[in-house]
Amino acid sequence: MSETKNPFPDLFDSLSVEEKMKMLETMIRIRTFETHVEELFMNKKIFGFVHLYIGEEAIATGVMANLRVDDYITSTHRGHGHAIAKGANTSRMMAELFGRKTGYCKGKGGSMHIADFSIGMLGANGVVGGGFNIAVGAALSSQIKKTDQVAVCFFGDGASNRGTFHEALNLASIWKLPVLFVNENNQYASTTPVSYAVSAQHVADRAKGYGIEGYTVDGNNVTEVYDAANYLVGRAREGKGPALLECLTYRVKGHFVGDPERYRTREEVKKMIDERDPIKLYKNKLLEEGLTNEAGIAKLYDQAELEIQAAIDFAEASPFPDPQEALDDLFSFSPMEFPEVQQ
Amino acid sequence: MRTISFSEATLEAMREEMRRDPTVFVYGEDIVRQGGIFGQFKGLPDEFGDRIRDTPISETAIVGAALGAALTGTRPVADMHFADFIGVAFDELANQIAKNRYMFGGQANIPLVIRAPDGINNQAAAQHSQSVEGWIQNIPGLIIVTPSSPATAKGLLKSAIRQNDPVIYFEHKVLYPQKGPVPDGEYLTPLGKAEIRRPGKDVTIVAYSIMVQKCEEVAKQLETEGIDVEIIDLLTLKPFDRKTILESVKKTHRCVIAHEAVVIGGLGAEIAATIQSEAFYWLDAPIERVGAKNIPVPFSPVLEKYMAAQKEDIMHAVYRVLHKEG
Repeated sequence: MSETKNPFPDLFDSLSVEEKMKMLETMIRIRTFETHVEELFMNKKIFGFVHLYIGEEAIATGVMANLRVDDYITSTHRGHGHAIAKGANTSRMMAELFGRKTGYCKGKGGSMHIADFSIGMLGANGVVGGGFNIAVGAALSSQIKKTDQVAVCFFGDGASNRGTFHEALNLASIWKLPVLFVNENNQYASTTPVSYAVSAQHVADRAKGYGIEGYTVDGNNVTEVYDAANYLVGRAREGKGPALLECLTYRVKGHFVGDPERYRTREEVKKMIDERDPIKLYKNKLLEEGLTNEAGIAKLYDQAELEIQAAIDFAEASPFPDPQEALDDLFSFSPMEFPEVQQ
Repeated sequence: MRTISFSEATLEAMREEMRRDPTVFVYGEDIVRQGGIFGQFKGLPDEFGDRIRDTPISETAIVGAALGAALTGTRPVADMHFADFIGVAFDELANQIAKNRYMFGGQANIPLVIRAPDGINNQAAAQHSQSVEGWIQNIPGLIIVTPSSPATAKGLLKSAIRQNDPVIYFEHKVLYPQKGPVPDGEYLTPLGKAEIRRPGKDVTIVAYSIMVQKCEEVAKQLETEGIDVEIIDLLTLKPFDRKTILESVKKTHRCVIAHEAVVIGGLGAEIAATIQSEAFYWLDAPIERVGAKNIPVPFSPVLEKYMAAQKEDIMHAVYRVLHKEG
């Protein structure tokens, strides 16, 4: 997809069948989760803002297949896919969307604020471009601790126009921090097209300004994403510093559930769904290579359906937090440890 | 007791905490090559290598990275160069650091310190002179401290570094060269606890940072007039020590609150509101607030002096709460 040839070794083909099928499974689990979330939102079972990752699953999947559980990621407002691919528990995620006590954040976060620090998922973020410097800090921490942990920052095309992007990439570059900036260029920042709002032809072109490597790949092709991330995560882990990976994709759903989408045509969206759906593309590849069959794929959908249905049941059966639990979790200490002070 | 300067006291605190805990590190603008604009980082690079770093002029990265580092097993100390520049990194402070622990349901501790040299000094004008605790006190999730002396500078900084929550440490630039007694060895000033600098029975003055010494000078003067002032040095601005304040006001029945920051929307308003709701019937006079006028800090020494609260302003406030003509 990019104009210059990318240097990534073609490692995907050497993966085992299980590893390849695992990636399909992850993509299907994300899609199933998101499809249910959309419906639940429409049925007023869940509230607030919900931003769906449908159509972008190949990116989280292809990148995360190269990360260890102790590697770090920062996510975006469109973060469900990143959490699932990093290994988050879908029941606790769903409970959070339902505002329940058993959710990842005990009902304090909701869709835009899901984190699981135990697996290095440092949080979705309600501020566009809010994750850059958190990822830089996590990478700095690896350097201070002298570990080989890598941080990956997922961000959208819109976030590449934030000042935080500039400061983060510059600092990561001069300190050679083990961080990979993964741009999910889904063509729209809310209603604003990338062709209007981004001055560079490609987000990846901006890497030049920071003296780091920048590449553009087809973000709807999980094998391309996998190979690129494998190479760039590996370099970061070896202490060779940061890089910028732009994954071209398309947001087939609205910016948020309920978006009237007046900024684009139905035909444009339909064409992308028909021709560029990442799951369809990957399924066909695996079928063509004879690595699975329709029954094998159907089984993955069935399993995902069972998992997400169980997640919904768990969420619905879970209690809401007690109202006064709103006062918990602000600090590491409880007010009782500071008896003479007011909160 | 030995006597060292305020900046040496902060340097000792950094050195001791960095020796004690290898996950403590410090970074900011002009702290390695220059040793800090007030010499407060001198010598640390020789001992700690890459655990003290110069950054580019990138305040959002400095503050934002502190959060990422704190979430992942280190204890960063980020230096803001001037407290005014917190404005550049306000999203990182207000929307990221302050909210992280709460909105993720208390999953992670956030042991980080933002050091912020503040206050009026040397005609530095509107963007290098501010006291900005008022900006920050309205944000849930941050602890705010400010020392008034070398001893509290050391003690509060060490406590801040050991705290598992974000602490904003304001250090007044005028205080850096001042010397004072600092105990040898381990010395910690507890967070959330005010200190009574001067016991008195007639009027309570609540102050912090540079204002504490100004109030002490005023108290000496008033003593010659037979007025016995009690001075409370707040030290932790949020959450502040309401117990010490209320006990004092219930004893003196009169209160003046003095800070260098602008009066409107300042910490004095919050303290006054606490006193009136908890100790209204003990008061013999309306609470007085002393602070800066509602304008940016001007450049010319004449204008600067006019804008900021002076000792005379504190003194007149004391007279007013005593119903005396000054």
